[in-house]
This record gives sequence, structure tokens and C-alpha cells, in this order.
Amino acid sequence: MKQATFEARYLAEIERFEKWLDLGPKQWRKTQNDPAAGLETGDMPAAYRQLCQLMALARDRQYSPDLVDRLNHLVLRGHHVLYGPAGGQRARLLAFLAGGFAATVRAERKLVFTSALLFFGPLLLLLSALQWYPDFVLHFVSPVQLAQYEEMYDPANARLGQRDSDDNVMMFAFYIWNNVKIGIQTFATGLAFGLGSIFYLLFNGTVIGAIAGYLTAVGHGKPFWSFVAGHSAMELIAIVLSGAAGLKLGAALIAPGNQTRKAALIDAARPAIRIMYGAALMFLIAAFIEGFWSPLKSFPVPVKYGVGIALWVLVLTYFLLAGRKRAA
Amino acid sequence: MVRFCSHRFTRVTAISTTKHDPWIVLDTARQVATPEGIEITLRVAGPVPRALAYLIDLLIRGVVLIVLMIAVAALGEFGKALLLLAAFSLEWLYPVFFEVMAAGATPGKRVMGLMVLNDDGTPVRWPASLTRNLLRALDFLPFLYFTGLCAMIANRDFKRLGDLAADTLVVYRERKPAAASIPVSAPVAPPAALSLSEQRTLLEFAGRSARITPERTAELAEIVMPLTGQNTGEAAVQRLIGIANHLIGRR
Repeated sequence: MKQATFEARYLAEIERFEKWLDLGPKQWRKTQNDPAAGLETGDMPAAYRQLCQLMALARDRQYSPDLVDRLNHLVLRGHHVLYGPAGGQRARLLAFLAGGFAATVRAERKLVFTSALLFFGPLLLLLSALQWYPDFVLHFVSPVQLAQYEEMYDPANARLGQRDSDDNVMMFAFYIWNNVKIGIQTFATGLAFGLGSIFYLLFNGTVIGAIAGYLTAVGHGKPFWSFVAGHSAMELIAIVLSGAAGLKLGAALIAPGNQTRKAALIDAARPAIRIMYGAALMFLIAAFIEGFWSPLKSFPVPVKYGVGIALWVLVLTYFLLAGRKRAA
Repeated sequence: MVRFCSHRFTRVTAISTTKHDPWIVLDTARQVATPEGIEITLRVAGPVPRALAYLIDLLIRGVVLIVLMIAVAALGEFGKALLLLAAFSLEWLYPVFFEVMAAGATPGKRVMGLMVLNDDGTPVRWPASLTRNLLRALDFLPFLYFTGLCAMIANRDFKRLGDLAADTLVVYRERKPAAASIPVSAPVAPPAALSLSEQRTLLEFAGRSARITPERTAELAEIVMPLTGQNTGEAAVQRLIGIANHLIGRR
């Protein structure tokens, strides 16, 4: 078939499809069953396949590039519409929170334990060591910073963990800005063969352990622990999970298994980013608790410890038990 | 016999031949197979337009932040909170939001005519977009996307590390091509049988003749002496267009 005959036969069809594409998503919903629109929305997949066939023919028969380019352009646009975002986002999000997140984390438990060791190891080590040698802290934290922390956790403050001039909402925003950024850094730098994640985990574990140990040793323990108790579960586990997600990327590059490194990385990125979704949400909850609950002094210290412990139990139970049925 | 095809013309036909064709190595066209069993062509974008798109986005984000700074100045601590949240969102969520909700392009990419797609040519969704944008934290290191640039020039799809992990491509947004433009004229049968690639070259020439200066079209047409015969200049061009009309089957 010559190009002129081809055009005479199919140009109307091609133009009909183009006109429908030009309508855009809002009009598609409106004219769903309206034959006046030229192409009913439900007929789109069939019309698209027909267009694909026309393009294959036009290419194979070496029709003029103008026509082939035009068909390529239309096929590409149709491809984007047909394989574009699907619905059901909300249901998927709920399923993820109800157990998919926990199941993903359990599937990566080796990396999660490694990450936890890298973070809690130096934290607990310093915390206990500083009870005997408080001055050891100066190897990790500068005296200026230390003075700031001492001021923050001064038992005489009206609120815990914050200077009296700080505002709750401002601190909430600050915690999101700062903590999520640390989480993202811990995750992203893991791509460098895991080195970045390892560094940030060790670094943050060390600093937190040093400050916690020092404040406890110098007698600011009560305000410090009753401040951090509430948000500690969410925040610390979120950091560990960010590190695990980063290690997942690094591990894919170090030991890609029976795949190219690129393919292994792409495969690893999917569960890793799912873990990061959850970690980001946990950072958000932690920032909320840290901004509005943790500084409160009106509750007795045992209540604050109790809430903290309850949250640890809750979070750990979630990761141990949620989503078992679905994963099995 | 016909030897007036410039390298650009031959390259177009070369794409669909072999994978190791030397032309392909230097080409930014990528063929993507779809489930319908056909291939669509994407054109990947290099570091320069992407850097410019990033700068435009940076400018937009900066302006938004400054405007917000002035607007919330009166709100005191609460204003500071809004500002911090805005700074966070603009840094990490701005690109993700636009890439997923606005056809694969942040405002900067839109200005530069770029868009983000999955490797299989489908639009990006939240996980892929989030992956490539969170990994900016690494691509940026040690300064000004140096790592990202190194990664981009080390692979043939100009992927920075975020693109490698998310399996995404940054491509040129296809402009709507001009309508078929082989000028209509009386068809002329070619004096000898033409091979497929010769036919295609003639069609390309005829299709573009309106977009090239008359002097250059005449110059090109005169190269193909065996087809144009005794004709020169404008007459030679008309003869080739006539043959093109014959080839596409106009009567």
C-alpha cells in the first residue's frame, strides 16, 4: 500500500485519537460515554493498539518520516495515558501501614539488626562508660555544645529539653526539618557501598550516647530522660531503619548476586524506598511528640517514662507481628 | 548510486538495525519496546539542559521562600515554624510532587522541555520519583552535583545515581511534529528502480524542502544527477519532489 492510500484510509482515525488525547483527563471523565467526543474513553485501549499497529506498518513500509514521527508522538502520548498512574492509592497506603511496612522491615531483618548494632552499639557503650568517666565526653562534643545541652536540660527550666524562649510549633517544624534530613542523608549515602550509612549511624549513635551519658552523669538525668522518653522509640527506630534502607542499596552494589550491579540496585531500591516511606512517617510522629508532649513538665516523671516504654512496646510489637498474614 | 545522503539521514535508518552499530553509540535516541510489541523513540537529555532546569527550579524555590519569609515575618515563632516546614517541603517534596502530578516535569524541566520517565517509557509514580529525589543527597556530594555529573557522563543514558537506582530517564518532551509536509506536485516516475533507503532519503528531502533555504535545496538536489537528468536549480528540486509524490502514491 502506498503512503497516499494509507493516509486516505487511516488519517481520520489517527486524527480522532489525537483529538481525544488533546481533550485531557478532565474532559475524558466528562465525556466518558459521549459518542460526540469522537472516541469513547472505554474504547481508548483498542484505539491505542490500532494506532500501534499503524505505526509499525508505517515504519516497516518506510513511509515518509513526517508521518512516522507523528505516529510515534501519538503512540508515546497514548502510552503515557494507558500506563500512567493507576487509582487505588489510598487503599494501597492503608495496606502498607496496616502491615506491609512491618513485613518489608522483617524481610530485611539482617540489615535492620546490622544498622541497629551500628547505632545502638556506640550509644549504649558511651552511655555506660560516661557514668564512670564523664570527662571522656569532651572527645566527642565541644564544650560550647555541651553548655548548650546543659542549659536545655537544666532542671530549673519551665519546660523540658527546650530553652524557655523556644516555641512548641517552631520546635516541631525544626525537628521535622532537621531529623528527616538526617534520615535522608543516612539513607542516600548508603549507595556509596554502605559507607555513608555506616558513618551517619556511628556518628549519631556516638553523639547521642555521649550527651545522654554526660547529662545523666552530671545530674541532669531526670529532665533529660523524661524529655526523650516519649519520642525516643519513633525517632531512634526511624534512624535505624533509614540506615538499613541505605545499607540495602550499598549491599546491592557490593554483592549483586546473579545480576548486574545496576539491576541489583534497582531491585534493592524498591524495598528500600518502602522502608523510607515508613521511616519518614515515624520521623513525623516523633517530631510531633517531641514538639508537643515531650517538653511538658506538668506530668509526673513516672507517667512520662510509662508513655515512653508503652510506645517502645507498641512500635516493637508492630514490627514483630503486623502483616504476618499478608506476607505469608 | 544516489550519494547525497548526509550522515543524519543514514543514522535514522541505522537505529533499527543492529545494537552495535557505530552510530548508535553517539546517539541520544533510545528505543523502548512497549507491551504492544512496537518500539517508541525517546531522546535522553544531557547534563547541561538538566543543570539549567535545576537552576530554574532553584530560583523558583528561592523566590517562594523569600516571599514567604516576608509574608510570615509578623507571625513570630509560628511564622518561623511555617518557614521551616516550607524549606523542608521545597527541598525534598517539590520535585517529587511535580514529577508525579504534573506529567513528569518540575517547572524548571517544563521550561527546558524535559520530563522524567521510567526506563520503560511509562510516567513515574511516587516510589520512583521519591527514590531519585532522595538520592539527590548523595548526587549533590561533595559539591554542586559533582557525583551526579560523574555518574551521568559514565553511562550512555545520562543517569545520575538517583536515576540508576530508580530506573528512570530524563528525556526531551516530544514536541508535536509538523503535519506531513511533502509538497503536492505532479508525480514523476523515477528513471530507475530505487532501493528502500534511497526512497526514504528522497522522502526526507521532500519533507524538509520547505524548511531549508532554496539555495541549499537546489544544491542538494543537483547532487542526484541520475534522477534529475538535465534539470538544475529549482527544476531539479521540483523533479525530486515529483518523484517523492510518485513514491508515496499520489496520483
